[in-house]
Amino acid sequence: MSATMNTHEAEAATQAADLQTATEELSKSFAFTTKLDAIAAWGQRNALWPLPYGTACCGIELMSVMGPKYDLARFGAEVVRFSPRQADLLLVAGTITEKMAPILVRIYQQMLEPKYVISMGACASSGGFYRAYHVLQGCDKVIPVDVYVPGCPPTPEAVLDGVMSLQKMIKDRTPRPWRDKWVSPYEINGQTVPSSLTSSNSRLTANKAVL
Amino acid sequence: MSYFNDLQFDLTAKFGADSFKFSTTPAGDHAIDTTKEFVPALLKYLKEYAGFNFLMDVCGADYPTRAKRFDVVYHLFSTTGSRRLRIKAQLSEGESVGTATTIWKAADWFEREAFDMFGILFQGHPNLRKILTHHQFVGHPLRKDYEADQQQHCNSVLPIRFDNTPEQSGDQLDSRYMAINIGPSHPAMHGTLRVMAELDGETIVRAGCEIGFLHRCFEKMAETHPYNQVIPYTDRLNYCSAPMNNVGYCKTVEKLMGIEIPPRAQALRVILCELSRIIDHTVSVGTGGVDLGALTAFFHLFTYREKVYNLFEKLCGARLTVSMTRVGGMAQDAPEGWFTDVLKFCDEMSDGVEEIAKLMIGNKIFIKRTEGVCPVSAADAIDWGYTGPLLRASGVNLDLRRAQPYYGYEKLDFDIPVGTQGDIYDRYLVRIEEMRQSIRIIRQVCKNMPKGDFTVRDKSIVLPEKKDVYGNIEGLMNHFMLVIKGLRPPVGDIYDATEAANGELGFYLVSDGSANPYRLKVRPPCFAIYQSFPTVVKGAMLADAIATVASMNVIAGELDR
Repeated sequence: MSATMNTHEAEAATQAADLQTATEELSKSFAFTTKLDAIAAWGQRNALWPLPYGTACCGIELMSVMGPKYDLARFGAEVVRFSPRQADLLLVAGTITEKMAPILVRIYQQMLEPKYVISMGACASSGGFYRAYHVLQGCDKVIPVDVYVPGCPPTPEAVLDGVMSLQKMIKDRTPRPWRDKWVSPYEINGQTVPSSLTSSNSRLTANKAVL
Repeated sequence: MSYFNDLQFDLTAKFGADSFKFSTTPAGDHAIDTTKEFVPALLKYLKEYAGFNFLMDVCGADYPTRAKRFDVVYHLFSTTGSRRLRIKAQLSEGESVGTATTIWKAADWFEREAFDMFGILFQGHPNLRKILTHHQFVGHPLRKDYEADQQQHCNSVLPIRFDNTPEQSGDQLDSRYMAINIGPSHPAMHGTLRVMAELDGETIVRAGCEIGFLHRCFEKMAETHPYNQVIPYTDRLNYCSAPMNNVGYCKTVEKLMGIEIPPRAQALRVILCELSRIIDHTVSVGTGGVDLGALTAFFHLFTYREKVYNLFEKLCGARLTVSMTRVGGMAQDAPEGWFTDVLKFCDEMSDGVEEIAKLMIGNKIFIKRTEGVCPVSAADAIDWGYTGPLLRASGVNLDLRRAQPYYGYEKLDFDIPVGTQGDIYDRYLVRIEEMRQSIRIIRQVCKNMPKGDFTVRDKSIVLPEKKDVYGNIEGLMNHFMLVIKGLRPPVGDIYDATEAANGELGFYLVSDGSANPYRLKVRPPCFAIYQSFPTVVKGAMLADAIATVASMNVIAGELDR
């Protein structure tokens, strides 16, 4: 009886020792900041919450991406949020006009870090074939873009590829100087500038002389 | 023809012999040229005594070399006999013409657009301010001396404001009520609409909308591109049913040039149009459900939309923006077995429509949210310039496929659904029935597909086939000539319309004989419809306003162009 008890006690002691070793090893592995980054990146890239900024035709193709056949949910990005406070991926799908630009900037500023931007389609990336008086020649004139998806409109496969590219960027912790150096084109030292001054802002004039 | 002579006689008797110049264009459009003083009286007379109950379009045109540089052009439509009439008056810079808003409510936004684009002044218009361009924009972009790529930046958003009424200024908010802003980045506003409202509790006291967030300068782009290169731009007007815009545009150019396209091309266009009508209605019904909180219907409906995308992909390689038509016919013939695929889709879709009907219009919650909500009477609908499913939901039996048949619609057997109440529920009933009828049309056309060529073979209109371009010198020369010289319709103007998914899609085209259109004005169906929104939702609940926007199926691409 007592012999059995002893065996049990010994087993329990061994188990406790094993557990301690395992915990120590585990905590050692956790102690590496890079691992924490990695696990955070793992979480971030597989649970992107997109804000679908669908303004035009690309918005309709984006519906297909979300729809049953292509199903963005497979990549962990099915929770479409229309509130910028709840989203970390801004999917700019469609033409951004001059009139829309200030609103896009405001939406981007309202999003919480870490945040990413995918520009879907030719219009959002460069103005597309609208070299026209009321069309912003690419949303990267006003917000920092991480991934550009070409096409007019891009096929859903291309958008999925764009999302996967972004996931890879998050995983590899690709440096994002465009994001780090970004300042709102409408503010200088936190103050909103009058429209007469925006023309002197390099971001906007890089594009075309202002009237 | 005799009616136009009668009209001529009546008008001369009423207004005197020197007031008007009557003309009939070679394509058969009736036009009256007049001076600006006569315009309001003439329009009023035409509405009250000559049966022209619809004001379809008001637009401007710019001729900088002329003494009076602007044309203001009105397009009228009469349901009795499906007649159209164009009224033109010349204005010089700074001159104004009397507003038509007192005659038709439809004139409201169209006149504002003409003001925004050309600076044409309409005397007596209560809200003559910018509509498409942003508030910091200086100048009038559609004037010929405005460069197409001269961008002007905008750095702010307008505060909440409403339209002026005789009693109340639109810029003054009423402190007794709660003012709210919805959109343009809001799920119910489809990305680009902005609605502002003053609420008493949940009841809308005053509503207003701002548009132009997707103003992509279609008309200016059309003026700077050759005729065939405009086709891809038309795809992006109503992007939910892109092929219908291609067809509408090409039909207009062909009519101006006097081209009759071969029967096979006509049949192909009909199939494309009806497939587009089905998928346009699926999006309209699907997103209508989403806006009311029913997400399932959207996902279910998108499976059917994907099937049509597959058909389009098989036909031409593109899913959404197909650009399948060319001036003179189609870009290519359908691949082998395509019509069988279309018929197979029709079988699947007819089951699908019944499922959708059960899911949506048979649903108790859906009925409670839509039945009797924000109805529009037939008289109001006509006054606002409603066309398409919304007009028919209000009880007016007008469908251009019947009223002014084209492409053999007169030989096809189909019904036109008409509603009784004009409420939101009726609009969905009409759309779902139209899907059934479209399936009927496609089946008939597929079964009687004409043999023959898919395009005309006039070497000054259509590019020769690639084997001729590479195979013989004549083909190569024809190809070069057409590419270098371009397609050149005769000098003149024309208005032509087709029944698109949302209603009458009209194109007013002015040609000066060059390779680019001189002026191309689109008459988008939802532009006329959406301008009634502030009036229609007045006194309704806020949630009903959301349902109304969804039922109007406002597509920003054609709304803002």
